[in-house]
Amino acid sequence: MAPNASATSPTSDAPRAGRRRLPAELSILGVMIGMMILFEILGWIFVGQSFIANPLRLKIMILQEAEIGIIAVGVTQIIIMGGIDLSSGSVVGMTAMIAASLAQVAGYSHAIYPSLTGLNPIFPVAAGLLCGLVAGLINGSLIAFTKIPPFIATLGMMVSARGVADWYTNGQPIGNLDDPFAAIGSGWWPVIIFLGVAFIFHIALRFTRYGKFTYAIGANLLAARVSGINVERHMVLVYSIAGLLSGLSGVVHTARAISGQAGVGAGFELDAIAASVIGGSSLSGGVGRITGTVIGAVILGILTSGFTFLNVDAHYQEIIKGGVIIAAVVADQYRQRRRKSV
Amino acid sequence: MASLSPTTAEAIRNCGAVPSSDYLLEVEGVRKAFPGVLALDDVSFRLKRGHVHALMGENGAGKSTLMKIIAGVYTPDTGSFRMKGQEIRLTSPLDALQYGIAMIHQELNLMSFMTVAENIWIRREPLNALGFVRHEEMRRRTQELFSRLDIPLDPEAEVRDLSVANRQMVEIAKAVSYDSDILIMDEPTSALTEREVEHLFRIIRTLKEQGKGIIYITHKMNELFEIADEVSVFRDGRFIAEHPASAVTRDEIIRLMVGREITQMFPKEIVPIGDVILSVRGLALEGRFRDVSFDLRKGEILGFAGLVGSGRSNVAETLFGVTPATAGQILIEGKQFNMKNPGVAMDAGMGFLTEDRKDTGCFLVLDIVSNMQVALLRRGHASAGFVHEREIEQLCQQQKQRLRVRTPDLEEPIINLSGGNQQKVLIARWLMTKPRILILDEPTRGIDVGAKAEIHKLITELASQGVAILMISSELPEVLGMSDRVLVMHEGRMTGILDRKDANQVSIMELASR
Repeated sequence: MAPNASATSPTSDAPRAGRRRLPAELSILGVMIGMMILFEILGWIFVGQSFIANPLRLKIMILQEAEIGIIAVGVTQIIIMGGIDLSSGSVVGMTAMIAASLAQVAGYSHAIYPSLTGLNPIFPVAAGLLCGLVAGLINGSLIAFTKIPPFIATLGMMVSARGVADWYTNGQPIGNLDDPFAAIGSGWWPVIIFLGVAFIFHIALRFTRYGKFTYAIGANLLAARVSGINVERHMVLVYSIAGLLSGLSGVVHTARAISGQAGVGAGFELDAIAASVIGGSSLSGGVGRITGTVIGAVILGILTSGFTFLNVDAHYQEIIKGGVIIAAVVADQYRQRRRKSV
Repeated sequence: MASLSPTTAEAIRNCGAVPSSDYLLEVEGVRKAFPGVLALDDVSFRLKRGHVHALMGENGAGKSTLMKIIAGVYTPDTGSFRMKGQEIRLTSPLDALQYGIAMIHQELNLMSFMTVAENIWIRREPLNALGFVRHEEMRRRTQELFSRLDIPLDPEAEVRDLSVANRQMVEIAKAVSYDSDILIMDEPTSALTEREVEHLFRIIRTLKEQGKGIIYITHKMNELFEIADEVSVFRDGRFIAEHPASAVTRDEIIRLMVGREITQMFPKEIVPIGDVILSVRGLALEGRFRDVSFDLRKGEILGFAGLVGSGRSNVAETLFGVTPATAGQILIEGKQFNMKNPGVAMDAGMGFLTEDRKDTGCFLVLDIVSNMQVALLRRGHASAGFVHEREIEQLCQQQKQRLRVRTPDLEEPIINLSGGNQQKVLIARWLMTKPRILILDEPTRGIDVGAKAEIHKLITELASQGVAILMISSELPEVLGMSDRVLVMHEGRMTGILDRKDANQVSIMELASR
């Protein structure tokens, strides 16, 4: 019965006209360029060489972030929908083992499945993707139908999927992978796959009903339900897509490493969330873009290779990376508060 | 007179040197404005020792605001307070507690994962020399308190395991445990059964005998005559009258509560009413409402009146499939529908403007187009999943112009609009789906007069186009001004349907407080 029950503090009836909004990615792009320039300068001072003008370094930098990036495309969609996914790193590990076990060279006598060697690479790839899809489907169904918080559901999957990866070969790595399969991870392929996936879902989020519903659910779940959106079905769909992309990342990683290892992907989930958040996604939902996430992933890559280039100890790298993630979120919160108080 | 600090007042109270006065509390000239609303205007109020003083008034009359001021939750713009003749100043709920004023809030404020005893003595736990809580002592004190009030509860029970009624008892015990002289109860019986109400009244009588003063906010006439000694009536933020409860009649109180003139601001047109489009038979949602039946015709505006919490919004949510019915039938043009989710209702031609813009209406972080188009996207306006952006943009532009949404462009985030413009965007969301039945829950709550009039005009216009409208409103003038018929609810039951000619403030209030 409080008389100030109006939904929001009313602002001016005629908001200021004519001011075009700049895309939110512009500021984060500026941060990325600033960091490259910073490393370039530090490079000349401390190492006596250029950071940017070294194609090999750039290639390594981009390649190592491609796998995180593929995951981050899925995680970003979950975050936009107001959820979170902690399981993606473990799902990468699980997929890596399953895909590798079906990709061993023909006639290899110690193969996991001696009768299933030398298969067309379609099979290990399909198995890996399916495995990721199922993990995502389970995540989504748990969250949508049992109403447990996404944090808990995906935490459970994180532990269990890692368990599957370890159990699969009792922790033994799987080697002797077939060349046609390994080709998926060679050269620029991981980057092409990452950018392809990013492009597809950028378009999907911007222009399709799927995307509009994802933003709507994240912005206000109750309002989305009252507007006729089948919220449960959509949640299952988005988590399944994210699972599928984790599976894809696992396949790409296995092909690039030419071996399947149970411990692979540990911590990827946090890097993917970080890329998404640095790129402007809001953990309270309804806000975020794939373009921002791509830039976020590149920023993480620049940090890692920049510090390596400057011979900064790996432990310091982690410490600084944590600080950057926090700074990105603080800056974002500040920006949002300012927007609300206009 | 100089005002006392809380601690001084407590000291005075403890040594018994209380200045004698008939009145426990005297409040004078209280004024309180919120942005856009004058909630209280020059209000005075007095409470006698050992009396129960009831406050009555319509929703928004200012009762709760006054109580929150007395309990130190809000600070008034002007006004003086005397407690037992001593001038006091309240700046926080803690202040009020120390003066001996305790409020039992409408929304219960207990910590559900803690025990009853822990909840009661929070911040005042008996401690031993090392600073650890003496659980035995706390339990003993709780037991003592409970036996004084005749409350049969285990001090060690966790609050989350208690029924609403028992939580209420804990709240009361907590208030009493502060040795308060004044207890404020804001609709304490709204969630209680008859037997529990009797128990509560026994406790209140015990407290009266101990010389406490009780301020009792209620909407229920029969409670008023059973428990109150005095009654004060409020209307539109003003104090209207005070009477001894034994010297007034129910009708007099209703007249005092509604006594305002109905202004001719509603552009109601009498339009030809068509065939029945929506029939509701014996609709029920367990625990919320039961046995609701009515017909709604094309071009008709059916007002839903009743107090907050009478189940009006629950009926709307059930009709629209947000909370599926537990019994009853919903027929649209004679065909029965199982409204198991909002999608079904939308496909049947319904639209639903929800009560709470922020909680269930707006996508605050998204822009106007996203907010408008969302209901439309359910069917059509896309090929292979790709939304026809240009087409939708055009439809949104049309709505923007039709409803005169004041914004430079449609990419503006909705959070930057005023309440009235936000509401227009939400109405546009439903108009775009071309509904045949439109449910409007508090369509003009919290918006300025200009936007209000525009929305009223729009509702009339829709009715004249044959849209059947079900309008819930807590503002009686709005219900009376706009409706062809008025359905009144009270405590989850339909208490009557009034024709336009029979509906007036008194007849509605009678049905709403029956």
